[in-house]
Amino acid sequence: MSLPLSYRAEAGNPWFSWQYVRDNSDTILAALREHVSLTGWAVLIAALVALPLAVAAYWYRALAAPIIGLTGVLYTVPSLALFAFLAPYLGIGAVTVLTVVVLYALLVIVRNAVAGLHQVPPEVRDAAEGMGYGRWARLFRVDLPLALPGILTGVRLATVSTVALVTVGVVLGRGGLGQLIFAGFQNNFYRAQIMTGTLLCVLLALVLDLLLAGVGRLLTPWLRGRA
Amino acid sequence: MNPVRQAVVWLNDPLNWTNPGGVLDRLGEHLTMSAAAVLLGCLVAWPFGLWLGHTGRGGGPILLISNITLSIPTLALLTILPLTFLGFGRPAVVVALAVFAVPPLLANAYTGVRQADPEARDAARGMGLSGGQVLRRVELPLAVPYLAAGFRTAAVQVVATAALASFVNGGGLGQIIRAGFGLDIAAGGGQIIAGGVLVAGLALLVEGALALVERAVTPRPLRRDRRVAIRRAVDATAGS
Repeated sequence: MSLPLSYRAEAGNPWFSWQYVRDNSDTILAALREHVSLTGWAVLIAALVALPLAVAAYWYRALAAPIIGLTGVLYTVPSLALFAFLAPYLGIGAVTVLTVVVLYALLVIVRNAVAGLHQVPPEVRDAAEGMGYGRWARLFRVDLPLALPGILTGVRLATVSTVALVTVGVVLGRGGLGQLIFAGFQNNFYRAQIMTGTLLCVLLALVLDLLLAGVGRLLTPWLRGRA
Repeated sequence: MNPVRQAVVWLNDPLNWTNPGGVLDRLGEHLTMSAAAVLLGCLVAWPFGLWLGHTGRGGGPILLISNITLSIPTLALLTILPLTFLGFGRPAVVVALAVFAVPPLLANAYTGVRQADPEARDAARGMGLSGGQVLRRVELPLAVPYLAAGFRTAAVQVVATAALASFVNGGGLGQIIRAGFGLDIAAGGGQIIAGGVLVAGLALLVEGALALVERAVTPRPLRRDRRVAIRRAVDATAGS
Protein backbone atom coordinates (compact mmCIF):
# COMPACT_ATOMS: atom_id res chain seq x y z
CA MET A 1 0.00 0.00 0.00
CA SER A 2 1.81 3.10 -1.15
CA LEU A 3 0.50 6.53 -0.46
CA PRO A 4 1.12 9.54 -2.70
CA LEU A 5 3.22 12.12 -0.95
CA SER A 6 0.81 14.87 -1.93
CA TYR A 7 -1.59 13.96 0.92
CA ARG A 8 0.89 14.80 3.58
CA ALA A 9 2.08 17.84 1.70
CA GLU A 10 -1.47 19.16 1.45
CA ALA A 11 -2.74 18.60 4.94
CA GLY A 12 0.25 17.77 7.08
CA ASN A 13 -0.38 14.52 8.86
CA PRO A 14 -4.01 14.71 9.98
CA TRP A 15 -5.55 12.26 12.44
CA PHE A 16 -8.37 11.59 10.06
CA SER A 17 -8.93 12.21 6.40
CA TRP A 18 -11.97 11.44 4.25
CA GLN A 19 -9.72 11.85 1.28
CA TYR A 20 -7.70 8.87 2.49
CA VAL A 21 -10.83 6.81 3.16
CA ARG A 22 -12.23 7.60 -0.32
CA ASP A 23 -9.02 6.91 -2.19
CA ASN A 24 -8.30 3.65 -0.37
CA SER A 25 -11.80 2.30 0.09
CA ASP A 26 -10.86 -0.99 -1.63
CA THR A 27 -7.98 -1.71 0.70
CA ILE A 28 -9.98 -0.68 3.75
CA LEU A 29 -12.95 -2.84 2.78
CA ALA A 30 -10.70 -5.83 2.08
CA ALA A 31 -9.09 -5.46 5.51
CA LEU A 32 -12.49 -5.08 7.15
CA ARG A 33 -13.81 -8.13 5.33
CA GLU A 34 -10.84 -10.22 6.45
CA HIS A 35 -11.29 -8.99 10.01
CA VAL A 36 -15.00 -9.79 10.08
CA SER A 37 -14.58 -13.25 8.59
CA LEU A 38 -11.73 -14.16 10.96
CA THR A 39 -13.76 -12.94 13.96
CA GLY A 40 -16.95 -14.64 12.82
CA TRP A 41 -15.35 -18.01 12.16
CA ALA A 42 -13.32 -17.83 15.36
CA VAL A 43 -16.32 -17.18 17.60
CA LEU A 44 -18.44 -19.77 15.81
CA ILE A 45 -15.83 -22.52 16.04
CA ALA A 46 -14.97 -21.55 19.62
CA ALA A 47 -18.61 -21.68 20.70
CA LEU A 48 -19.15 -25.08 19.04
CA VAL A 49 -16.12 -26.54 20.84
CA ALA A 50 -16.63 -24.69 24.13
CA LEU A 51 -20.21 -25.78 24.85
CA PRO A 52 -19.55 -29.56 24.94
CA LEU A 53 -16.46 -28.88 27.06
CA ALA A 54 -18.48 -26.77 29.49
CA VAL A 55 -21.18 -29.44 29.71
CA ALA A 56 -18.52 -32.10 30.33
CA ALA A 57 -17.05 -29.98 33.14
CA TYR A 58 -20.57 -29.54 34.55
CA TRP A 59 -21.51 -33.20 34.43
CA TYR A 60 -18.26 -34.74 35.57
CA ARG A 61 -16.74 -33.00 38.58
CA ALA A 62 -13.43 -34.75 37.96
CA LEU A 63 -13.13 -32.96 34.60
CA ALA A 64 -14.04 -29.51 35.92
CA ALA A 65 -10.74 -28.76 37.68
CA PRO A 66 -8.46 -29.76 34.75
CA ILE A 67 -10.60 -27.93 32.19
CA ILE A 68 -10.79 -24.71 34.20
CA GLY A 69 -7.14 -24.98 35.26
CA LEU A 70 -5.91 -25.54 31.73
CA THR A 71 -7.93 -22.64 30.35
CA GLY A 72 -6.46 -20.45 33.10
CA VAL A 73 -2.88 -21.38 32.19
CA LEU A 74 -3.55 -20.92 28.48
CA TYR A 75 -5.08 -17.52 29.17
CA THR A 76 -1.85 -16.44 30.84
CA VAL A 77 0.23 -17.37 27.78
CA PRO A 78 0.73 -14.20 25.70
CA SER A 79 -0.82 -14.21 22.23
CA LEU A 80 2.51 -13.55 20.52
CA ALA A 81 3.97 -16.66 22.19
CA LEU A 82 1.03 -18.73 20.96
CA PHE A 83 1.66 -17.43 17.44
CA ALA A 84 5.30 -18.40 17.88
CA PHE A 85 4.43 -21.95 18.95
CA LEU A 86 1.98 -22.58 16.13
CA ALA A 87 3.49 -20.75 13.15
CA PRO A 88 6.36 -23.19 12.50
CA TYR A 89 3.82 -26.01 12.24
CA LEU A 90 0.73 -24.40 10.74
CA GLY A 91 2.63 -22.04 8.47
CA ILE A 92 2.45 -18.31 7.87
CA GLY A 93 -1.15 -17.58 7.10
CA ALA A 94 -4.77 -17.26 8.05
CA VAL A 95 -5.03 -20.78 9.51
CA THR A 96 -2.54 -19.96 12.26
CA VAL A 97 -4.22 -16.65 13.09
CA LEU A 98 -7.60 -18.38 13.20
CA THR A 99 -6.28 -21.14 15.49
CA VAL A 100 -4.85 -18.64 17.97
CA VAL A 101 -7.96 -16.48 18.18
CA VAL A 102 -10.16 -19.60 18.43
CA LEU A 103 -8.12 -20.79 21.42
CA TYR A 104 -8.55 -17.51 23.33
CA ALA A 105 -12.24 -17.20 22.47
CA LEU A 106 -12.68 -20.81 23.57
CA LEU A 107 -11.28 -20.08 27.03
CA VAL A 108 -13.55 -17.13 27.62
CA ILE A 109 -16.67 -19.00 26.50
CA VAL A 110 -15.88 -22.20 28.45
CA ARG A 111 -15.34 -20.28 31.70
CA ASN A 112 -18.51 -18.24 31.39
CA ALA A 113 -20.58 -21.25 30.29
CA VAL A 114 -19.39 -23.31 33.27
CA ALA A 115 -20.19 -20.42 35.60
CA GLY A 116 -23.63 -20.09 33.97
CA LEU A 117 -24.39 -23.81 34.30
CA HIS A 118 -23.41 -23.78 37.96
CA GLN A 119 -25.83 -20.94 38.61
CA VAL A 120 -28.83 -23.14 37.76
CA PRO A 121 -30.70 -23.33 41.08
CA PRO A 122 -30.53 -26.81 42.66
CA GLU A 123 -34.29 -26.75 43.37
CA VAL A 124 -34.98 -26.36 39.68
CA ARG A 125 -32.67 -29.26 38.90
CA ASP A 126 -34.37 -31.41 41.54
CA ALA A 127 -37.79 -30.48 40.22
CA ALA A 128 -36.77 -31.45 36.70
CA GLU A 129 -35.48 -34.75 37.95
CA GLY A 130 -38.66 -35.32 39.93
CA MET A 131 -40.69 -34.71 36.78
CA GLY A 132 -38.82 -37.58 35.16
CA TYR A 133 -36.42 -35.68 32.95
CA GLY A 134 -33.40 -37.71 31.89
CA ARG A 135 -29.92 -36.26 31.72
CA TRP A 136 -30.13 -35.01 28.13
CA ALA A 137 -33.69 -33.73 28.38
CA ARG A 138 -32.76 -31.80 31.50
CA LEU A 139 -29.71 -30.37 29.76
CA PHE A 140 -31.61 -29.06 26.75
CA ARG A 141 -34.84 -28.02 28.46
CA VAL A 142 -33.64 -26.82 31.84
CA ASP A 143 -29.89 -26.37 32.30
CA LEU A 144 -28.88 -24.77 29.00
CA PRO A 145 -31.81 -22.32 28.80
CA LEU A 146 -31.15 -21.18 32.36
CA ALA A 147 -27.42 -20.91 31.70
CA LEU A 148 -28.02 -18.97 28.49
CA PRO A 149 -27.35 -15.51 29.98
CA GLY A 150 -23.94 -16.70 31.22
CA ILE A 151 -23.13 -18.36 27.91
CA LEU A 152 -24.12 -15.23 25.99
CA THR A 153 -21.97 -13.05 28.24
CA GLY A 154 -19.07 -15.35 27.38
CA VAL A 155 -19.78 -15.15 23.66
CA ARG A 156 -20.00 -11.34 23.79
CA LEU A 157 -16.75 -10.99 25.74
CA ALA A 158 -15.07 -13.47 23.40
CA THR A 159 -16.27 -11.54 20.35
CA VAL A 160 -15.08 -8.16 21.60
CA SER A 161 -11.67 -9.48 22.63
CA THR A 162 -11.32 -11.46 19.39
CA VAL A 163 -11.84 -8.29 17.35
CA ALA A 164 -8.92 -6.73 19.24
CA LEU A 165 -6.81 -9.87 19.13
CA VAL A 166 -7.05 -10.43 15.36
CA THR A 167 -4.86 -7.35 14.87
CA VAL A 168 -1.91 -9.24 16.38
CA GLY A 169 -2.13 -11.39 13.25
CA VAL A 170 0.00 -8.75 11.48
CA VAL A 171 2.97 -10.78 12.67
CA LEU A 172 1.87 -13.32 10.04
CA GLY A 173 0.61 -10.76 7.55
CA ARG A 174 -3.02 -11.65 8.23
CA GLY A 175 -4.21 -9.16 10.80
CA GLY A 176 -7.29 -7.75 9.07
CA LEU A 177 -7.61 -4.13 10.16
CA GLY A 178 -4.36 -4.57 12.11
CA GLN A 179 -2.70 -4.74 8.70
CA LEU A 180 -4.01 -1.23 8.02
CA ILE A 181 -2.81 0.09 11.38
CA PHE A 182 0.62 -1.46 11.03
CA ALA A 183 1.09 -0.37 7.42
CA GLY A 184 0.14 3.16 8.48
CA PHE A 185 2.82 3.07 11.14
CA GLN A 186 5.41 1.89 8.66
CA ASN A 187 4.37 4.33 5.91
CA ASN A 188 5.96 7.30 7.61
CA PHE A 189 3.54 7.14 10.54
CA TYR A 190 0.51 8.02 8.47
CA ARG A 191 -1.98 8.99 11.18
CA ALA A 192 -5.15 8.90 9.08
CA GLN A 193 -4.53 5.29 8.12
CA ILE A 194 -3.75 4.17 11.69
CA MET A 195 -6.82 6.00 12.99
CA THR A 196 -9.11 4.57 10.32
CA GLY A 197 -8.03 1.05 11.21
CA THR A 198 -8.43 1.70 14.94
CA LEU A 199 -11.85 3.33 14.65
CA LEU A 200 -13.11 0.50 12.45
CA CYS A 201 -11.86 -2.04 15.02
CA VAL A 202 -13.63 -0.33 17.90
CA LEU A 203 -16.79 0.21 15.83
CA LEU A 204 -16.78 -3.42 14.71
CA ALA A 205 -16.49 -4.58 18.33
CA LEU A 206 -19.35 -2.27 19.34
CA VAL A 207 -21.62 -3.33 16.48
CA LEU A 208 -21.02 -7.06 17.04
CA ASP A 209 -21.56 -6.62 20.79
CA LEU A 210 -24.88 -4.83 20.27
CA LEU A 211 -25.90 -7.43 17.70
CA LEU A 212 -25.23 -10.26 20.14
CA ALA A 213 -26.98 -8.37 22.93
CA GLY A 214 -30.02 -8.17 20.62
CA VAL A 215 -29.84 -11.88 19.85
CA GLY A 216 -29.60 -12.54 23.57
CA ARG A 217 -32.76 -10.54 24.21
CA LEU A 218 -34.61 -12.52 21.56
CA LEU A 219 -33.40 -15.84 22.98
CA THR A 220 -34.30 -15.08 26.60
CA PRO A 221 -37.77 -13.53 26.48
CA TRP A 222 -38.40 -14.54 30.11
CA LEU A 223 -35.74 -12.13 31.34
CA ARG A 224 -37.34 -9.10 29.71
CA GLY A 225 -39.03 -6.66 32.01
CA ARG A 226 -36.75 -7.65 34.86
CA ALA A 227 -33.96 -5.26 35.59
CA MET B 1 15.91 -30.55 11.91
CA ASN B 2 12.52 -29.98 13.48
CA PRO B 3 11.67 -26.57 14.98
CA VAL B 4 11.64 -27.74 18.61
CA ARG B 5 15.15 -29.21 18.31
CA GLN B 6 16.21 -25.95 16.66
CA ALA B 7 14.71 -24.02 19.56
CA VAL B 8 16.65 -26.11 22.08
CA VAL B 9 19.85 -25.47 20.14
CA TRP B 10 19.09 -21.74 20.01
CA LEU B 11 18.44 -21.56 23.76
CA ASN B 12 21.63 -23.51 24.45
CA ASP B 13 23.85 -21.05 22.62
CA PRO B 14 25.31 -18.75 25.30
CA LEU B 15 25.89 -15.99 22.76
CA ASN B 16 22.15 -15.76 22.15
CA TRP B 17 21.84 -14.83 25.82
CA THR B 18 24.76 -12.48 26.33
CA ASN B 19 25.04 -10.71 22.95
CA PRO B 20 23.84 -7.11 22.74
CA GLY B 21 20.11 -7.50 22.05
CA GLY B 22 20.31 -11.05 23.40
CA VAL B 23 17.94 -12.69 25.85
CA LEU B 24 19.37 -10.97 28.96
CA ASP B 25 19.11 -7.49 27.40
CA ARG B 26 15.59 -8.17 26.20
CA LEU B 27 14.55 -9.61 29.55
CA GLY B 28 15.81 -6.48 31.28
CA GLU B 29 13.88 -4.24 28.87
CA HIS B 30 10.78 -6.39 29.25
CA LEU B 31 10.84 -6.24 33.05
CA THR B 32 11.65 -2.52 33.34
CA MET B 33 8.91 -1.42 30.97
CA SER B 34 6.39 -3.80 32.55
CA ALA B 35 7.26 -2.58 36.04
CA ALA B 36 7.00 1.06 34.98
CA ALA B 37 3.63 0.41 33.32
CA VAL B 38 2.17 -1.41 36.33
CA LEU B 39 3.46 1.30 38.67
CA LEU B 40 1.92 4.01 36.51
CA GLY B 41 -1.34 2.04 36.36
CA CYS B 42 -1.39 1.72 40.18
CA LEU B 43 -0.72 5.42 40.69
CA VAL B 44 -3.70 6.30 38.50
CA ALA B 45 -6.15 3.47 39.22
CA TRP B 46 -5.81 2.85 42.96
CA PRO B 47 -6.57 6.34 44.32
CA PHE B 48 -9.39 6.73 41.82
CA GLY B 49 -10.83 3.27 42.54
CA LEU B 50 -10.58 3.67 46.31
CA TRP B 51 -12.27 7.05 46.12
CA LEU B 52 -15.05 5.70 43.90
CA GLY B 53 -15.55 2.83 46.30
CA HIS B 54 -15.54 5.12 49.33
CA THR B 55 -18.16 7.43 47.88
CA GLY B 56 -20.18 4.51 46.52
CA ARG B 57 -20.35 5.92 43.04
CA GLY B 58 -18.50 4.29 40.22
CA GLY B 59 -20.13 1.07 38.99
CA GLY B 60 -20.96 2.84 35.74
CA PRO B 61 -17.64 4.54 34.92
CA ILE B 62 -15.64 1.42 35.81
CA LEU B 63 -17.68 -0.78 33.51
CA LEU B 64 -17.39 1.82 30.76
CA ILE B 65 -13.61 2.09 31.11
CA SER B 66 -13.06 -1.66 31.08
CA ASN B 67 -15.37 -2.15 28.09
CA ILE B 68 -13.63 0.55 26.08
CA THR B 69 -10.12 -0.73 26.80
CA LEU B 70 -11.21 -4.27 25.98
CA SER B 71 -12.19 -3.21 22.46
CA ILE B 72 -9.12 -1.06 21.68
CA PRO B 73 -6.47 -3.22 20.03
CA THR B 74 -3.08 -3.10 21.77
CA LEU B 75 -1.47 -2.58 18.38
CA ALA B 76 -3.53 0.59 17.88
CA LEU B 77 -2.43 2.19 21.16
CA LEU B 78 1.18 1.18 20.56
CA THR B 79 1.19 2.86 17.17
CA ILE B 80 -0.94 5.90 18.05
CA LEU B 81 0.74 7.04 21.27
CA PRO B 82 4.22 7.60 19.74
CA LEU B 83 2.59 10.04 17.30
CA THR B 84 1.21 12.20 20.09
CA PHE B 85 3.16 14.53 22.37
CA LEU B 86 4.70 11.48 24.07
CA GLY B 87 7.03 10.96 21.15
CA PHE B 88 8.78 7.78 20.11
CA GLY B 89 10.47 5.53 22.60
CA ARG B 90 9.93 3.99 25.99
CA PRO B 91 7.44 6.49 27.54
CA ALA B 92 4.85 5.89 24.81
CA VAL B 93 5.14 2.11 25.19
CA VAL B 94 4.86 2.32 28.99
CA VAL B 95 1.74 4.49 28.78
CA ALA B 96 0.16 2.13 26.25
CA LEU B 97 0.79 -0.84 28.53
CA ALA B 98 -0.44 1.08 31.60
CA VAL B 99 -3.77 1.71 29.88
CA PHE B 100 -4.39 -2.04 29.86
CA ALA B 101 -3.38 -2.37 33.50
CA VAL B 102 -5.96 0.16 34.70
CA PRO B 103 -9.26 -1.80 34.43
CA PRO B 104 -8.38 -4.73 36.73
CA LEU B 105 -6.67 -2.40 39.23
CA LEU B 106 -9.60 -0.02 39.24
CA ALA B 107 -12.32 -2.66 39.50
CA ASN B 108 -10.59 -4.51 42.32
CA ALA B 109 -9.88 -1.34 44.31
CA TYR B 110 -13.54 -0.40 43.97
CA THR B 111 -14.83 -3.87 44.91
CA GLY B 112 -12.34 -4.06 47.78
CA VAL B 113 -13.71 -0.94 49.42
CA ARG B 114 -17.33 -1.78 48.67
CA GLN B 115 -17.13 -5.23 50.25
CA ALA B 116 -15.87 -3.84 53.57
CA ASP B 117 -18.33 -4.81 56.30
CA PRO B 118 -20.87 -1.95 56.58
CA GLU B 119 -21.03 -2.53 60.35
CA ALA B 120 -17.28 -1.94 60.65
CA ARG B 121 -17.73 1.26 58.67
CA ASP B 122 -20.63 2.39 60.87
CA ALA B 123 -18.67 1.58 64.01
CA ALA B 124 -15.73 3.63 62.76
CA ARG B 125 -18.02 6.55 62.02
CA GLY B 126 -19.65 6.17 65.43
CA MET B 127 -16.20 6.42 66.99
CA GLY B 128 -15.90 9.80 65.35
CA LEU B 129 -13.58 8.99 62.46
CA SER B 130 -13.84 11.34 59.50
CA GLY B 131 -14.50 10.09 55.97
CA GLY B 132 -10.80 10.12 55.11
CA GLN B 133 -9.93 8.29 58.30
CA VAL B 134 -12.55 5.61 57.64
CA LEU B 135 -11.03 5.09 54.23
CA ARG B 136 -7.46 4.98 55.52
CA ARG B 137 -7.89 2.98 58.72
CA VAL B 138 -10.85 0.70 58.01
CA GLU B 139 -11.67 0.32 54.35
CA LEU B 140 -8.12 0.32 52.98
CA PRO B 141 -6.81 -2.49 55.22
CA LEU B 142 -9.89 -4.59 54.46
CA ALA B 143 -9.38 -4.00 50.73
CA VAL B 144 -5.75 -5.19 50.67
CA PRO B 145 -6.53 -8.73 49.42
CA TYR B 146 -8.52 -7.26 46.55
CA LEU B 147 -5.80 -4.77 45.71
CA ALA B 148 -3.34 -7.67 45.59
CA ALA B 149 -5.61 -9.69 43.32
CA GLY B 150 -6.00 -6.74 40.97
CA PHE B 151 -2.28 -6.14 40.99
CA ARG B 152 -1.63 -9.74 40.00
CA THR B 153 -4.13 -9.68 37.13
CA ALA B 154 -2.79 -6.36 35.88
CA ALA B 155 0.87 -7.34 36.15
CA VAL B 156 0.39 -10.63 34.29
CA GLN B 157 -1.55 -8.85 31.59
CA VAL B 158 1.12 -6.17 31.20
CA VAL B 159 3.95 -8.71 31.03
CA ALA B 160 2.01 -10.60 28.35
CA THR B 161 1.14 -7.46 26.40
CA ALA B 162 4.68 -6.10 26.60
CA ALA B 163 5.63 -8.78 24.05
CA LEU B 164 3.72 -6.73 21.48
CA ALA B 165 5.95 -3.69 22.05
CA SER B 166 8.24 -5.37 19.53
CA PHE B 167 5.83 -4.29 16.76
CA VAL B 168 6.98 -0.72 17.25
CA ASN B 169 10.57 -1.70 18.07
CA GLY B 170 9.88 -1.03 21.72
CA GLY B 171 12.22 -3.80 22.88
CA GLY B 172 11.39 -6.65 25.22
CA LEU B 173 11.36 -10.40 24.69
CA GLY B 174 8.85 -10.11 21.84
CA GLN B 175 11.70 -8.70 19.79
CA ILE B 176 13.25 -12.18 19.64
CA ILE B 177 10.08 -13.64 18.14
CA ARG B 178 9.75 -10.76 15.68
CA ALA B 179 13.35 -11.19 14.57
CA GLY B 180 12.67 -14.88 14.03
CA PHE B 181 9.67 -14.10 11.84
CA GLY B 182 11.92 -11.66 9.96
CA LEU B 183 14.05 -14.64 8.93
CA ASP B 184 12.56 -17.35 6.79
CA ILE B 185 10.35 -19.72 8.78
CA ALA B 186 12.67 -22.64 8.03
CA ALA B 187 15.67 -20.72 9.35
CA GLY B 188 13.92 -18.79 12.10
CA GLY B 189 11.53 -21.46 13.36
CA GLY B 190 13.80 -22.39 16.24
CA GLN B 191 14.29 -18.81 17.33
CA ILE B 192 10.55 -18.12 17.05
CA ILE B 193 9.69 -21.03 19.33
CA ALA B 194 12.54 -20.18 21.72
CA GLY B 195 11.19 -16.62 21.99
CA GLY B 196 7.71 -17.99 22.57
CA VAL B 197 8.98 -20.20 25.38
CA LEU B 198 10.71 -17.22 27.02
CA VAL B 199 7.69 -14.93 26.74
CA ALA B 200 5.22 -17.56 27.96
CA GLY B 201 7.59 -18.74 30.70
CA LEU B 202 8.00 -15.21 32.03
CA ALA B 203 4.23 -14.64 32.10
CA LEU B 204 3.61 -17.91 33.97
CA LEU B 205 6.45 -17.16 36.37
CA VAL B 206 5.08 -13.71 37.19
CA GLU B 207 1.61 -15.21 37.65
CA GLY B 208 2.95 -17.85 40.06
CA ALA B 209 5.13 -15.44 42.04
CA LEU B 210 2.35 -12.89 42.45
CA ALA B 211 -0.09 -15.62 43.49
CA LEU B 212 2.25 -16.30 46.41
CA VAL B 213 2.50 -12.58 47.20
CA GLU B 214 -1.28 -12.31 47.08
CA ARG B 215 -1.56 -15.17 49.57
CA ALA B 216 1.07 -13.67 51.84
CA VAL B 217 -0.61 -10.27 52.14
CA THR B 218 -4.04 -11.77 52.77
CA PRO B 219 -4.74 -12.18 56.50
CA ARG B 220 -5.26 -15.85 57.31
CA PRO B 221 -8.95 -15.69 58.33
CA LEU B 222 -9.84 -14.05 55.03
CA ARG B 223 -8.09 -16.62 52.86
CA ARG B 224 -10.63 -19.28 52.16
CA ASP B 225 -14.05 -17.80 51.53
CA ARG B 226 -12.46 -14.77 49.98
CA ARG B 227 -11.15 -16.79 47.08
CA VAL B 228 -14.53 -17.25 45.41
CA ALA B 229 -15.42 -13.60 45.73
CA ILE B 230 -12.12 -12.47 44.27
CA ARG B 231 -12.27 -14.93 41.43
CA ARG B 232 -15.61 -13.39 40.58
CA ALA B 233 -14.32 -9.84 40.76
CA VAL B 234 -11.28 -10.68 38.65
CA ASP B 235 -13.30 -12.66 36.13
CA ALA B 236 -15.75 -9.84 35.72
CA THR B 237 -12.96 -7.50 34.69
CA ALA B 238 -10.61 -9.79 32.82
CA GLY B 239 -13.51 -11.33 30.94
CA SER B 240 -12.19 -14.78 31.53
